[in-house]
Amino acid sequence: MRHTLRETWSGLRRNLAMTVAVIVTMGVSLSLFGLGLLTSMEVDLVKGRWYDKIEISVFLCIETTTGGLCEEGKGTTDAQRENIRAALEANPEVQEVFYESKEAAFEEFRRVFKESPIVGSRTADQMQDSFRVKLVNPENYQGVVSEANGLQGVQNVQDLQSIFEPLFKWLNGLQWATIGMSVLLLLAAGLQIANTIRMAAFTRRREIGIMRLVGASNLYILLPFLLESLVAGIIGVIVSSVTVAAGYLFLIERNAKTSIRTLPWIDWSHVAAAILAMAAVGLALAIIPTLLATRKYLRI
Amino acid sequence: MIMFEDVTKFYPGQSRPALRNINLEIERGEFVFLVGQSGSGKSTFLRLILREFRPTKGTLYVAGKNLGTLNQWKVPALRRQIGTVFQDFRLLPGKTVYENVAFALQVIGKSTKEIRQIVPETLETVGLTGKEGRLNEELSGGEQQRVAIARAFVNRPQILIADEPTGNLDPETSVGIMKLLDRINRTETTVIMATHDSTIVDQMRRRVLELRDGELVRDQSKGVYGA
Repeated sequence: MRHTLRETWSGLRRNLAMTVAVIVTMGVSLSLFGLGLLTSMEVDLVKGRWYDKIEISVFLCIETTTGGLCEEGKGTTDAQRENIRAALEANPEVQEVFYESKEAAFEEFRRVFKESPIVGSRTADQMQDSFRVKLVNPENYQGVVSEANGLQGVQNVQDLQSIFEPLFKWLNGLQWATIGMSVLLLLAAGLQIANTIRMAAFTRRREIGIMRLVGASNLYILLPFLLESLVAGIIGVIVSSVTVAAGYLFLIERNAKTSIRTLPWIDWSHVAAAILAMAAVGLALAIIPTLLATRKYLRI
Repeated sequence: MIMFEDVTKFYPGQSRPALRNINLEIERGEFVFLVGQSGSGKSTFLRLILREFRPTKGTLYVAGKNLGTLNQWKVPALRRQIGTVFQDFRLLPGKTVYENVAFALQVIGKSTKEIRQIVPETLETVGLTGKEGRLNEELSGGEQQRVAIARAFVNRPQILIADEPTGNLDPETSVGIMKLLDRINRTETTVIMATHDSTIVDQMRRRVLELRDGELVRDQSKGVYGA
């Protein structure tokens, strides 16, 4: 054991520059990887929260509205209304259809804006009747929207999805970009470890040769190299974990959570999950290249 | 102790075998010279015993183990029963005589207490008492080979393999090394020595195996170098 530890230590010292390079690459790439994971968790969270609420609003015509498939000066007739309801309910993408009358809409308006001066700016007759449509899968909204847009008596179709979609696209892109970059960097870190260990094994090839000759076990021969890369890997994991945790603490916990309350935010449990994933990747990245790099020297 | 049964060894990508249909048995405590020109298969013969690779055909038993079917992870245990000495000594630079010999015990997990007891004994056997603290760079060729023999013998192997141990030494020093190998042989250790040194073979009068182009052409007890 003493021999193993001494060999590990001398290996680390001899390759100090390479070890530091490995730690830095590992730290940065794992941090990026963690960032990507947390972004994707956040996106999922936001999507989940909003998709629950997202519905399509199909506004019907009243006398004063124009545009859509309204006849000028006329509201949607009862027959048209029933037609619209039937059409929406028949659509397989639709989960539920509620009818919100203009009176109900007015009540809601008054409730929402009860402390605002604009509460008196409207009357019930200015509100529109509407159908609120909940979808089976909120991401497949386009079919329903275009169908509703083609129905007589529909003035306008509003879907929140089309408002959020650019945001989600952007977040998705960000998430894939960070994960993609981190994978490249992780690959670099793995190659760097393999190289470092290969060099270390090469400098110790005489010792390894003697060890094999006198019957040292493979594990015994491998252990100093494994410990060497594990030390670098573990430091890399610690560095990246601290980075990710600090980033979360200062950017989200102390900042975004208080300033943007409308969004759901990831919490420490997500950070812990990300750090676990980072640790797993980091350790695998230390062990696997080491085993591959030393294979040649251990082949009996 | 060692039994070759119709052993043939091909190296990958070569059409001619390095060893062809070798049949022989080496008993415990024998002293065997392995002679033949370079490329005749001597090294392959020794490396097969060390299980650096398996025979292509045939069966090979060493120390009671069938090397063709021996599990990969049991190879270190086999190697602990075999000591090996080379022409170029293969000592670790920057280490003292004592450290070089102790290294062989450390890496197979022997305790410091055991090492402190066994190493001086072995150094005495090979005649290096008083030189424990020397770096091997400060030693003569003969002394370095003694260190190498001590390292090979320190774990009391059943078999000692010596690949041209006197190849880099002058005749006088070689005699000393041969006396040492003979002494080790008397402890019931099987010694197999590949050599080009006809004087030594002719003087010692031990069993001689001669290889030519991978075939065993002579197996003579109390033999001479060139029959």
